[in-house]
Amino acid sequence: MSFLALTGQILRKDFRIEVRSREGVNTLLFFSTLLVFLFRFAIGSTETQVREAAPGLLWLAFILTGLWGMARTFQVERENDCLEFLRLAPGDLGGLYLGKLIVGCCLMWATELAILAMFGLFFHLDMWPVIGSLIPVLILGTVGFVAIGTLFAAITANLKAREVMLPLLLFPLMVPILLAASRLTDLGLAGDSLWAEAHWLRLLIGFDVVFVVLGYLTFPFVMED
Amino acid sequence: MAHGGTSGISLHVRGLSKAFRGTWALRGLDLDLGPGETLVLFGPNGSGKTTLLKILSTLLRPTRGTGTLGGADLVREREKVRRRIGLLSHGSFLYEDLTPRENLVFGAAMRGGRPADGTIAAAIERVGLEAVADERVQTLSSGMKRRVTLARLLLNTADLWLLDEPYTNLDREATKVLEEVLQEHQEQGGMAVMATHNFLDGFKLATRLGILARGRLILDEPRESMTFPAFQELYTLRAEGGGR
Repeated sequence: MSFLALTGQILRKDFRIEVRSREGVNTLLFFSTLLVFLFRFAIGSTETQVREAAPGLLWLAFILTGLWGMARTFQVERENDCLEFLRLAPGDLGGLYLGKLIVGCCLMWATELAILAMFGLFFHLDMWPVIGSLIPVLILGTVGFVAIGTLFAAITANLKAREVMLPLLLFPLMVPILLAASRLTDLGLAGDSLWAEAHWLRLLIGFDVVFVVLGYLTFPFVMED
Repeated sequence: MAHGGTSGISLHVRGLSKAFRGTWALRGLDLDLGPGETLVLFGPNGSGKTTLLKILSTLLRPTRGTGTLGGADLVREREKVRRRIGLLSHGSFLYEDLTPRENLVFGAAMRGGRPADGTIAAAIERVGLEAVADERVQTLSSGMKRRVTLARLLLNTADLWLLDEPYTNLDREATKVLEEVLQEHQEQGGMAVMATHNFLDGFKLATRLGILARGRLILDEPRESMTFPAFQELYTLRAEGGGR
């Protein structure tokens, strides 16, 4: 089975399960609302405070909700030993990684848009004029996060302490993404061009390429015992 | 409906051993299985039956020893081996939010095949699940879920079927279907290795009888070589008591 066919099957299956159960989307939306609500009390409401903290808080919210999303991606496969069934698929298991990566990204993008809307609502920020600048940052930052997150979620899927191990492994590697994405989000929120600090953009793109390729190549080994 | 392989391939295993953190679950197991043969393995809990099936299915790597299926190495050529096996395991491998039909379509697709028109419907009908074929799996009873896994086996045209406690949660009607399906698989030259605690049904289906105890295959004989009472007596003596 070609890796693209495998990717297609995983996409169809995971989206169908998500649409039917709505477990992932509902929990992510509820969790992200709660986070933004707490941030509102934590940083106060003066315009300067909000403006300075917004980029970091936004990415903190994305990563915390995304972390739950990553774990959820493989939770579905743990039930009834479905992961074993996937491992038995005679084909390039890199396709499975790609499928999980796309599903994870879509789930996160949906949540990120909701978080942006709630952020605007809770902090009285008009996000609409800057959304065009923010979207490329959301796309690039999310791909990098999910690329590495999917790999580590698979590694920790069968561990007893997976809830602890996943963030422990993932967070240190997230630092470059967090730095670059926060800085670029800052530019975006200010309405400046992302190319004003092109080195952050290049770092984010480089990180995405490296981790997507690395994830694709190593995932089949991760899936084996 | 097509069952089993007819390619005449065989399974050879030599000195297969598996240790988990220093504890040996399998010790130097040798096994040869040819077309049309069904080896039914009996043994107490912890004797290594599931471990053996997991190694044969390529889900586990042996600590020592080698094995080939149709010439393909169980460790180095896992992809080739995976094309030739069908596994019915303890886990149902079913997605609870999908329907039986969707699970069967997904299962067939993951094996790289697109079942011929009507094949999935025929499998569903054969295991008696027409009425719930489009209900979510989470609404089905354990027995019905087991029937779905049986339907998936019906769609599997692999040469070697690996069946771990296949009778679990099956009622008499479904057990009969399983027996018929295995019989057809044998007749078409397919091989099967089955682990079970169900003596009577397992004995009926076997072409060869095996007893695993403490990780060793202490008996591997053609079924014709002994009667059911004689086999039971031998099991009690060698696997549960006298063999210690």
